[in-house]
Amino acid sequence: MRIRALAVRIMQQFVRDKRSLALIFLAPLLVLTLMYFVFNGQAAEPDVGVTGLPPSIVAKLESAGANVTVYDNREAGMEGLRDGELDAVLEMAGGSPSILLEGSDPAVNQGVQMIVQRAMGQTGGGGVQPDITYLHGKANLTSFDSFGPVLVGFFSFFFVFLLAGVSFLRERTTGTLERLLATPVRRGEVVAGYLSGFGLFTLLQAALIAGYAIYVLGLYMDGSIWLVLLINLLLSLTALTLGTLLSSFASTEFQIIQFIPIVIVPQVFFSGLFSLETMNPWLQKLSFFMPLYYGADALRGTMIRGEGLSDNTVNVLVLLGFSIVFALLNVAALKKQRSI
Amino acid sequence: MATSVKVSGASETVLAIDSVTRAFGSRTILNGISLDVRKGELLGLLGPSGSGKTTLIKLITGIDRADRGDIRLFGERMPKLAMLNRIGYMAQSDALYNELSAKQNLQFFGKLYDLNGARLESRIQAAMSMVDLLNHLDKPVAAYSGGMKRRLSLAIALLHEPELLILDEPTVGIDPVLRLAIWQELLAMRDKGTTIILTTHVMDEADRCDRIGLIREGRLTAVDTPEALKRMSGKATIEEAFIALGGGAGQ
Repeated sequence: MRIRALAVRIMQQFVRDKRSLALIFLAPLLVLTLMYFVFNGQAAEPDVGVTGLPPSIVAKLESAGANVTVYDNREAGMEGLRDGELDAVLEMAGGSPSILLEGSDPAVNQGVQMIVQRAMGQTGGGGVQPDITYLHGKANLTSFDSFGPVLVGFFSFFFVFLLAGVSFLRERTTGTLERLLATPVRRGEVVAGYLSGFGLFTLLQAALIAGYAIYVLGLYMDGSIWLVLLINLLLSLTALTLGTLLSSFASTEFQIIQFIPIVIVPQVFFSGLFSLETMNPWLQKLSFFMPLYYGADALRGTMIRGEGLSDNTVNVLVLLGFSIVFALLNVAALKKQRSI
Repeated sequence: MATSVKVSGASETVLAIDSVTRAFGSRTILNGISLDVRKGELLGLLGPSGSGKTTLIKLITGIDRADRGDIRLFGERMPKLAMLNRIGYMAQSDALYNELSAKQNLQFFGKLYDLNGARLESRIQAAMSMVDLLNHLDKPVAAYSGGMKRRLSLAIALLHEPELLILDEPTVGIDPVLRLAIWQELLAMRDKGTTIILTTHVMDEADRCDRIGLIREGRLTAVDTPEALKRMSGKATIEEAFIALGGGAGQ
């Protein structure tokens, strides 16, 4: 009987908690849908620039599944490669083929090599091994080297989000926030205090994660560690402000957890861990609303392609903008707790 | 007892509440409350739980805003941030940081009231000795008993020597001996000119107040000295008077 009473009570509570219901029923659908779009597209067609190749090989490349652009000289192709328009440049110099790969994504590298091999094999020149060089990265760049920078950003983001969300919620549920707001403290001061108090820890966390990944796990690193730390810190600040903001809309720790499939998981899909090239272009635009997209892009650019601050101005400014907007919304949300 | 109100001599109005109404959705919590509190007065708000005492307190402290009506504190219209420096507030729940020591809690709140250095230190000593917790200053609050937490909350409310002390159920969970001690301190503070507003539903505490406001279903049914309330209702105790004056219509 007691067991039944308990079970009934739990069911009653559950039915009253509409959001938990939504979580168990709708969130899996959301995640599944996202995975469908990410994984169920057509195979990516690598963009290959060619110079000095006979038209027959160009046609073979195209039929093997590459988007081929013909350039007059090597330099024009190189430019496309640097701008990220091309995945590889293929040229015929002195009778032997050579491939210059963009290099940041091992999967794309392999795809290009396979297509080139197939096209060459069909012409009968299969005995000639193309000479392969890399614009970024190296031949043995692993998937981890490619995903690593994204993971570094993701973990900073995820844990700071949870921590900030839960601790701000605690402040509210234990009544200390109300007590705090009965003092002459300004709402902006509360938010700023939270930012600086947690900011120190997020800085340490960002340094720890980045340092561990690079120096302990040997993650490929071609750029400035200081830029990596800056980007990671900005990403954490965004997570911090977003976490505290969303905690205003949760009344229990469990409801903070519910934000994970809604706020965190979609960002993972759009962060560059999975190639979005085959996704519906309209859906791809969703990534513009996701802080992790900018952070991951900047981290990847810095660590793999050795980009500097000037290459990442947009990413840095957008992350900063996210933090500022979330912080201001936080100040506004505190009005719910105190009218002034 | 009734005359002791006039002994303090001050007629200066600290708090003026004028026909205040507050509703949450369709539920009216406070309905046309008007009340004046003079300097150096100890006013008790008496009413069953859910009657609107805490909501009224939140309006006075400026945490919440009235839908209609006017609340003036020291002549200034509330809510006003600068006024909060002159109020000491003790919430119904012990709003303490359990992970921190009592001293860290006091330092934190003291600094929010712009107390610093030696002055902060001496105020912490004074407030903690008043609630008899001086020996437990460095203990983490998590190790405090329920009564100790209540007393620490009170110490925090007293920390910046506010002119107006607002206490929401200050003596809940405190044993009778200590309750008596705390009341003596409150009365002593009142005699020095501190205005005190507190909520309670302990009837013998109500008897110690200069005036009692009876709240029932969001309405202030009567405000007067304990003696006058008893006389008015023809009852011998505040408890009976409360039921006679406030309860009749509601039941």
